Parts: sequence; C-alpha cells; structure tokens
Amino acid sequence: MLLFVIRRVIMIVPILLGLLLLTFLMVRFGGGDPAAAMAGDAATPEQIAAIRDQLGLNDPIIVQFWTYLKNALQGDFGVSVYSNRPVGLDIIQRLPATLELTFVALLIASVFGIVFGTLAGVYRNSILDHFVRVTSVAGLAAASFWIAIMLQLIFSMELNILPLRGRLPGDIPAPTAITHFYLIDSLLTGQWNAFWESFRHLILPAVTISLGGLATIARFTRSSVVASMQSEFATYENAVGYPKRRIVFPYVLRNSLVSPVTQIGLLFGAFVSNAVAVEAVFDWPGLGSYLVAAIFAADFNAILAVTLVIGAVYAIVNILVDLAHGFLDPRVAERM
Amino acid sequence: MPILRKLLADIPALIGLLIVLFAIVLSVYPDLLIGHVENPNKGNILMRLQPPSDKFLFGTDDLGRDIFMRVVLGTRSALTIAVVVVVLSMLIGVPLGLIAGYGNRYLSEGIMRVTDVFLAVPQLILAIAIAQILGRGAESAMIALAVTYWPFFTRTVYAETQAIKSSLFIEALEGLGASRARILAFHILPNIAAPVIVRATVGMGFIILTAAVLGFLGVGATLPDPDWGLAISEGRKYLPQYWWYATFPGLAILVLVLGFNLLGDGLRDVVDPRLRRSR
Repeated sequence: MLLFVIRRVIMIVPILLGLLLLTFLMVRFGGGDPAAAMAGDAATPEQIAAIRDQLGLNDPIIVQFWTYLKNALQGDFGVSVYSNRPVGLDIIQRLPATLELTFVALLIASVFGIVFGTLAGVYRNSILDHFVRVTSVAGLAAASFWIAIMLQLIFSMELNILPLRGRLPGDIPAPTAITHFYLIDSLLTGQWNAFWESFRHLILPAVTISLGGLATIARFTRSSVVASMQSEFATYENAVGYPKRRIVFPYVLRNSLVSPVTQIGLLFGAFVSNAVAVEAVFDWPGLGSYLVAAIFAADFNAILAVTLVIGAVYAIVNILVDLAHGFLDPRVAERM
Repeated sequence: MPILRKLLADIPALIGLLIVLFAIVLSVYPDLLIGHVENPNKGNILMRLQPPSDKFLFGTDDLGRDIFMRVVLGTRSALTIAVVVVVLSMLIGVPLGLIAGYGNRYLSEGIMRVTDVFLAVPQLILAIAIAQILGRGAESAMIALAVTYWPFFTRTVYAETQAIKSSLFIEALEGLGASRARILAFHILPNIAAPVIVRATVGMGFIILTAAVLGFLGVGATLPDPDWGLAISEGRKYLPQYWWYATFPGLAILVLVLGFNLLGDGLRDVVDPRLRRSR
C-alpha cells in the first residue's frame, strides 16, 4: 500500500512539468512579442532589442524555460496588466473564494445526489424515480452560466430573497482571516451576521455549480443501488423478512457508495470549469472571475498562471481521489 | 438493421434522435421555420425589446431583431462548431490512440504522457487560454476546442485497442504476416468504431456547451453573429424587465445538448451492453 501511495504521488511530477512546458510554449510562441508590447508603439528597434536582452528573450530556449520554471515554482508569474500587481499575489488572495465555493458545491452535489439517487434506486420506476432521471438528464444538458442567470432572475430580481452578487454585502467587513473561508472564519470568531450573510451569498452560485455533478452522482448512486438491491444478499434479507429500511441503510448503501464516491473527486475539474463563468455572473471574487477579467484585459501572464494553478490543484485532487479509491477498494492499489 | 431497431425502441434515445435530426434540418434549411431572411443582423429599432407575441414568438432583442429567427439561425452556428471540433479531434485523437495502443512501447508511452498533460487541466480553462492566444473569433474557438478535446478520443481508442490487441484473430493476422498498418486500419479500427461513435455523440453535446461558455465569455463567436452563448451575454444586460432575451437562447442550448446526450446514452446501451444503464 505504501508503494502504491509513493508511486501515485511521484506520478504528479511529469504532469506538472508537462503543464509548465505547455504554458511556457504558449507564452513564448503564442502571445506575440512581449518586448515590443513592453516598449510601446514609439520604441525604436534598438530599444526593443535592449528590452529583449533584458528579459532574456535572446537566451537559448532551454535557458528561458529553466528561468520560467524557477520563477513559476517560486510563485512568480510576472505582473498582471489588469490589476497591476504580481499575478501570484492576486491568485493567492482569490483562490480561497473559489475553493470555498467549489467545496460547498461538492457538498451539495454529494448529499443531494446520494439522497435522490438512493431514493430513485430503492423506489424504482416510481414517479420520484422518473422525476430524478428526467431532471438529472436535463441538469447535465443546461449551460451553467445560463442557469446562474435564470436563478438570479428568479430569486434575486423577481422574488428578491437572495443576494444578486458578491461574497458579502458592502457594509459587512470580511471576518477575521483564519482559513480564508468566510463560513468557517465567521463561525470561529462568532461573527454571526457575517456567517448568515456569507451563507446567503453562497447559495445561488454553489447550487448552480453543483447541478451537473448532482445529476452525475444521482445517476451513479441510482444504478449501483439498483444493482445492490438485486444482489443475492438483499433478496435473502428480503425473504427472511427484514423491513426495507433495515436492508437499505446498513447493507445496500454501504455496498453502493464506492463508485459514486470516486466520481465525486473526478467532478472537481468540472466544478472548477463551471465556476469560471458562474463566478463572472455572480461577481464572486475568485479565480474564475479573475480569469474572465484577464480575458477582457488580454492579460496573458494572468491567464496562463490561472491555467497552471488550476491544473496543479486538479492534478493533486485527482491523486487524492486515486488514493481514496485505493483505500476503499484495495484491489485497485494492487493493480498499480 | 438490428442496431437501428433497438435504438428506435428506446424512447429517450428516439427523442434524442428526433431532436438531433430536427436541428440538422434547421441548420441546413432554416427557411422552413422562419421564412426567407435577407439579413439576420438587420433589426427594426421601432420594435426593440418587444415581449413574446404571435408575431415574435420569443420577443425581440435590443436592436429589434426577432429572437426566434436568431435562435433558429444559431442552430447552424452551434452544430458547425460541434461537428468541426469533433471531426478535428477525431482526426488527431484516433490515429494517436491506435498508435499508442498498438505500436512500439516508447512511442506509446510518449503519446499517453502528452495526453495526460492535456487531461490534467479542465478542458474549458485550457481552451480559454488557447483561444485567447489565437485571437478572438469562432475559428480560434474551434481550434482551441479541438486542441483540448482530442485526448478524450486518444484515451478511448487506446483503451479499446489495448483490449483487443491480444485477441486471437490479431495474433493470427500477425502470424500470417500482415503488416502493422494493415492490421490497424482494416482489423482494429472497425472493431473499435462503436465506442468512438458513442464518444463522438456525447462529445457533440459537450462541445456545444463549452463553445457556448466561450461565446458567453467573449472568446468565441463575435457580434453580430447569431450565436446562443453570445446572445445570452447580451441579453443579460436587459434583465429583469426583458427576461426573454437571455432565456430563449439558453433553452435552445438545453434542448440540443439534451438531444445529443439522450442519443449518446441510447447508442451506448445498444453497442455496449456491458455499460447498459439499469432500468
């Protein structure tokens, strides 16, 4: 098992290197001439050449990649054209907002997905089952930014019961930073008003992001519950005369949850993708809205750094999922 | 054809097939629903932001254009992007998957490690970065989507090729002296076609969704093209009073993607009974 853990963790190294190479090639060969951009329109060719020298653009490509690698590993991604601050600093300040949003969305998707999936699987072909199946197919087909806008229209603009945008209203200061997750920080410091408001602000964006994953988890749970319900041990318990809930809760569920649990981790990438446009719609101060602002400002440093950071976080989450899978089902670890 | 008969007996898949066929007909011949339109970008400013009515089924937009007409014309844009991206990704991904699955070990390792790097970033994020670098426009969006989607085909094809490469009939062909290229093209490829087709169908829906996000964020289609994602981004500025502007293009995305997903699920059930969804 230890060998499996070590092997799986080492596998992240080539992926991160590849990711760095990919973004490096994109900056180097896709982003135009940074020296000319820096020098401005009035610069003479000599001035541009001097800046090229200064930026190290005349060095051999390997040397340039090495410099890029060193800087990136130290969190130095250059200065953002959009915010005029180091990109690394922007990302560190905005990452917790995105993580809080995606974690809450994962929680919503897992809890409701497993509950609905189990109910649909236990009461197969009931009205509830049909409802869950139709809505989960539809949930996977809707564009998340459109759902975000529709929820805003209904709950914020028409019914006026949930906030339209942001993480907290302007008149409430952010809770004292401990974890940088507002929900947890406000609880730890007893700032109830901030807790209640940040909870209200989280509902619409988190629900929007969770929908696709909720549908996936519900579908996986439903099919594995159906399979367990038809297995011999369930038939036996049924024949012996156990009531349905005694069969379902301790026995069927425990056997059905391995495949949905592994799905939950894989959904993380989908959630971060959804978060980009959804954050922009709700003005959520995370990496997604930062990326969108960077797109409008044509800010390559910021765009590539966000790509890199999200790629790294995603790779780490996937490894954690593999490890969890290995512990839940030791056969997986043996195969590696 | 038994496959077709099975597919038609599956009601959700049949609904999906009908939606997809209807969308194809509309994108080739939009006049069917909206009559002949001289210039879809020309509006009547006196009729701007009219609510849905008999005359304008989905209302009109800020320039007084019929939203129903624009949504119907958007079908062509969405389907074109999806078809181009899926075909390009297949052209890159399928041969690479075949080579990786049935080629020399080092080449195979190399291809699969590159695939891993591409799959290590969420597709949308990488596509945004690439589209931005190529410059805004529908063409850049298509290239960016294809460059980020081919690894999904490579992985599917690689796994399928690995699975059948040790089967008896391949060994027999090797024994008879058939060349690698011949075995790949005439014997392995036809045997892995079914999962590739399923992947492509599901991929169509996925690409339509991702392309809509790119359009919405301003790195896809450009004004004044009739594009659904772009229309939602424009219509959002007129909420809540003129709700129909952002609502109907989003419904169009929902219906078309639903069609491809239902069809894909049905196809998967028919061609691969191992993955049959439980009923």
